[in-house]
Amino acid sequence: MDFELTTDQVDLKEGVRKLAEGRFPMERVRELEAVGGVDRALWQELADAGVFALRIPEGADGVGLGMAEAALVFEELGRSLVPGPLVATEVAAQLLPTAAWGAEVVGMLERSSYPLVVEHLSVIDRLLVLDNAGVWSVTPDQIEGTPLDRPTDPLTPVHLLASVPQGEQVGDAGAVERLRLEGTILTAAFLVGSAQAVTELAVEYVKGREQFGRPIGSFQAVKHILADMATRASVAQAAVYAAGVTLDDPEVGDPVRAASAAKVMAGDAAVRNAKGAIQVHGGMGFTWEVDAHLHLKRAWLLDTQFGSVDHHAEVLAHLL
Amino acid sequence: MDLRDTESDAAFRAELRAWLSEVLPGIPPPPPEHDFEARRVYDTAWQRTLFDAGYAGINWPIEGGGRGATPAEHLIFLEESERMGAPYVGVNFVGLLHGGPTLIAEGTPEQKAFHLPAILKGEHIWCQGFSEPSAGSDLASLRTKAVRDGDHYIISGQKIWTSFGHVADYCEMLVRTDPDAPKHKGITWLIMPMHLDGIDVRPLRTIHGSTEFCELFLDEVAVPVSNRVGDENDGWRVTNVTLSFERGTAFVSEMLQSMALVSHLASLAKRLDRWDDAGIRRELGHLSADLDALWALTKRNISLATRTGTIGLGGSVFKLHYAEMRHRLGDLAVRLLERASLSLNDVGDLASGRHIDGEIHSISVSIAAGTSQIQRNIIAERLLGLPREPAWTSS
Repeated sequence: MDFELTTDQVDLKEGVRKLAEGRFPMERVRELEAVGGVDRALWQELADAGVFALRIPEGADGVGLGMAEAALVFEELGRSLVPGPLVATEVAAQLLPTAAWGAEVVGMLERSSYPLVVEHLSVIDRLLVLDNAGVWSVTPDQIEGTPLDRPTDPLTPVHLLASVPQGEQVGDAGAVERLRLEGTILTAAFLVGSAQAVTELAVEYVKGREQFGRPIGSFQAVKHILADMATRASVAQAAVYAAGVTLDDPEVGDPVRAASAAKVMAGDAAVRNAKGAIQVHGGMGFTWEVDAHLHLKRAWLLDTQFGSVDHHAEVLAHLL
Repeated sequence: MDLRDTESDAAFRAELRAWLSEVLPGIPPPPPEHDFEARRVYDTAWQRTLFDAGYAGINWPIEGGGRGATPAEHLIFLEESERMGAPYVGVNFVGLLHGGPTLIAEGTPEQKAFHLPAILKGEHIWCQGFSEPSAGSDLASLRTKAVRDGDHYIISGQKIWTSFGHVADYCEMLVRTDPDAPKHKGITWLIMPMHLDGIDVRPLRTIHGSTEFCELFLDEVAVPVSNRVGDENDGWRVTNVTLSFERGTAFVSEMLQSMALVSHLASLAKRLDRWDDAGIRRELGHLSADLDALWALTKRNISLATRTGTIGLGGSVFKLHYAEMRHRLGDLAVRLLERASLSLNDVGDLASGRHIDGEIHSISVSIAAGTSQIQRNIIAERLLGLPREPAWTSS
């Protein structure tokens, strides 16, 4: 057992961090609101870096790495709060080679969702609809949707659909199970990155902000909030890494259990840490200007994708 | 990142399992929890069994008489011992986890030769004389004084939270040898034999109803200067050599026990017709996630220790989250068991007693070995680099 990152994994993580910080600084991320969260040139840069082809075997023109590495990549994307249907496109690329290198932006929807609210409809090339029978492909022109002009997460536009067509089958029941599991782990990884980013944002603020003649970060009433945030992020990160490793090597555990534990811990950490970051910013935290609310809103959104904290807690209960 | 046993770890696990399955059936049932003399006999007999099989001091260095196991082997030892129901370290705790490792790092050749084999064989039980009524989280403000008189220190004062003090042979003592120096600079670390005149041991009754803790009242106890570990007034540094030791693996057995408690609570929920209660189910699932995450974090800490020799602040992160989780687990047990929670005995055939026992125990987890508030200070100041609060205590 060596549950620390290998040198290659450290390099991969640092490389993606540089790319994400360079191409998606928060000013740029905020600007993406105007284009529905996705700028195709930036999307292509992510694709060129291998973000969507990471787990595709080298023989099939992929990068040939595993879920452990993909989790590291998505953790970094989460730290920078990169918008767009990243997880959906990565898992879709396992079925659709066109998604792997940036040619298609793919959205995803559970057929049983109610109400039928779908993300990113105006920027995707394809919507994959999941039900227990399989994976179904629908093109946006086959869908009639009403835009909801005040999306909760400003970087994730949403439409309300009256109905979803059956679509063309692109995966069987086994594929849908696999996609859900992979999507759960990658979403959890993204949430862990967000939980870390808001912790760092809050730490920087409380070091500099002075009241009563001292940095507020010296007060235990404030620093203990930060300690809890760092702890939640760290514990959730361990769960996410374990899920990645377990999916790659099922002999070390149950991938379903590991994925659900990761989503429970990461979903909880992301929401609570974002709220903690807002709280220690005081009134400023309630302004549009401080980034913490964007993390909170994404964390709320991602709790509705690939199973909520409640859903995965139920899954785990039934495995007891 | 990889979670598989290496070939040698797998061999170690197999060998340990084989030995445990051979030896455990012959172990008598544990004595009643409140019979400390019997617990001493039971725990030290198990320690001797471990010693004879080469498993005593599993993580102690070979030159200290230990097995010199890697951190991963140490974790396997704790995991297999817990899963297979081996006796817990019990009264040997302070000697094996604090006193012994301190002597290995800082003791004289004579101290090592006399004490280390006796700890490993279960012949000597140690207790801890660190905390005082007015020195808890602010341990360095301790006031028990030691005055040099020829080749002895004459010790007077009071110690508290001394686990197993009434059955111990030796006490690791922190005393103030220079009352005028800054508080961290006037402390000395001594080995105090518990049979000396002037030591009055009074058990304290905990909320558990047990008397595991003691108070020590010390009235001019004469401890030979040759029992000093490290230099005079250098005791704070000596203490810190092993304070971090406890936070690495000390809670692994408990954490694995908690996993078993969660599974057992799920079965009780089904028997008590509470499984339809989504609130109960989700909290069970959430606790299961917390425990799996803590187990993963332990493996990350152990892997870091293998690479760097230290787990850094991972122990504080683990301890803080473990304590929070353990409180929630106890609370859920009480909620779920309802009127079966009214006794520490098993009620009927429910095997409910262990859960109420656990709920009471859980309250100590956020206090012992550094309160959760102190852990938060450590994480905030040392991991996140936040400024310290001004110190209000003397110098």
